[in-house]
Amino acid sequence: MLILGIDTSCDETSVSVIDGKNNILSSIVSSQIDLHKRFGGVVPEIASRKHVEIIDSIFHEAIDKANISKENIDAIAVTYGPGLIGSVLVGLCFAKGLSLSLNKPLIGINHVEAHAMSIFLEKDIEFPFISLIISGGHTCILLMEKPCNYRVIGSTRDDAAGEALDKIAKFLGLGYPGGPIIEKLSQKGNADYVLFPRPMADEDNLDFSFSGLKTAFINWAKRHKISDGNIHHVLASFQEAIFDSLFGKLMKASKRYNINRIVVAGGVASNSMLRTFFNEKAKANNIELFFPSPINCTDNAAMIAVTGYFYYKNGFLSPIDLKGFSRMVIKATP
Amino acid sequence: MERTEFISKNPFDTWQIGERLGKMAKKGELYLLYGELGAGKTQFIKGMARGMGIEDWEYVVSPSFTLMNIYEGKKFNLCHVDLYRIESMEAIELNIEEYLQEGIVAVEWPEKKDWQIDAIKIILHVIDDDTRKIELIKP
Repeated sequence: MLILGIDTSCDETSVSVIDGKNNILSSIVSSQIDLHKRFGGVVPEIASRKHVEIIDSIFHEAIDKANISKENIDAIAVTYGPGLIGSVLVGLCFAKGLSLSLNKPLIGINHVEAHAMSIFLEKDIEFPFISLIISGGHTCILLMEKPCNYRVIGSTRDDAAGEALDKIAKFLGLGYPGGPIIEKLSQKGNADYVLFPRPMADEDNLDFSFSGLKTAFINWAKRHKISDGNIHHVLASFQEAIFDSLFGKLMKASKRYNINRIVVAGGVASNSMLRTFFNEKAKANNIELFFPSPINCTDNAAMIAVTGYFYYKNGFLSPIDLKGFSRMVIKATP
Repeated sequence: MERTEFISKNPFDTWQIGERLGKMAKKGELYLLYGELGAGKTQFIKGMARGMGIEDWEYVVSPSFTLMNIYEGKKFNLCHVDLYRIESMEAIELNIEEYLQEGIVAVEWPEKKDWQIDAIKIILHVIDDDTRKIELIKP
């Protein structure tokens, strides 16, 4: 069964073809190819315009690499949100065009749900499970009750975890992207050097707040000198506060819903130190922890395709007039 | 031009000040928020959202990665923009004028763009770890 996946919800234009659940025939992500060389001309930095200009080429790249013709596609899965609405609409409209011209079903996929489902690209796990999605743009906990049935049970109230890392890296002039740079510098550091706060740790909800942690770091940095001598330790401590906050709420979620199967996904989940931290804590707390491979953690269309696979198999298709959305409405969990 | 100053001792104070402003907000107004990292721009906009009757105001999150988040208020929308990641404004089209027709637009890191429209400026100054001086400048 060939499922086409398309994602244009943020910066990346991604298209993927999968055969069945976990046979990825192609997974093309625009940032991973040299767009200037390939498509020529000036490529807009972050723009719906960029998606419009390259989506057709990325689609053809994905089809060619998968060695199929577009008529072989069984269903078209596309992100319809959340994301920058102008960008989301490019992928959505392109998918609708394909659906109409190929006469194949259209399936709208929630990008955040797809991160949780990305694990199925590599292994089968049982439902229900809890999923923590951590990236530059998202930090939330999903309760995955059964295939195609999930709800948001926790969320950040301000900054996403990846965003906090990115902003501190920029504040320190470390370059972009901040997360991997901080990870690298933290490897030689002592995470006990500074005890940064774990905001909302004492509150009974499953929500997060990282802007207070960001401010705590900035306040500390203004009072102490950060030099080559201590930067590894300061950053390791900062990372540790983030990891600790995240895992703490995951444990709360696990106890509250009595589920000990947890998937951690999203760009920040590719951080090797986070994986180590979480794996150790999971073992100590009898948690069955799963991480997709780093390549499947960052934004990609294969995760859209595999989520689409489940929807297709269960007969959940989308109408052709499906509207895109920019934001998931979060209802506070009491 | 009208200039007002407030002192905020913590994020909750910042919410309250934002809320008061949000209650008085009118469709078509553009708010530009200036302040260093951690000054409380997003917290201020959370407060505005609360004042506008946006139900999930507690989940008004930073749009640094998404660039723009839209919230439906009781009478009109809040379009929350963040230009933090933008290097060059030619690279993006956000159609802010369009969103002003449906509500208010609040922008973080407005320094990245030249603004041709009259705007209400909010400047958040960091005084110490917790204290902020919030300046409100209406044209």
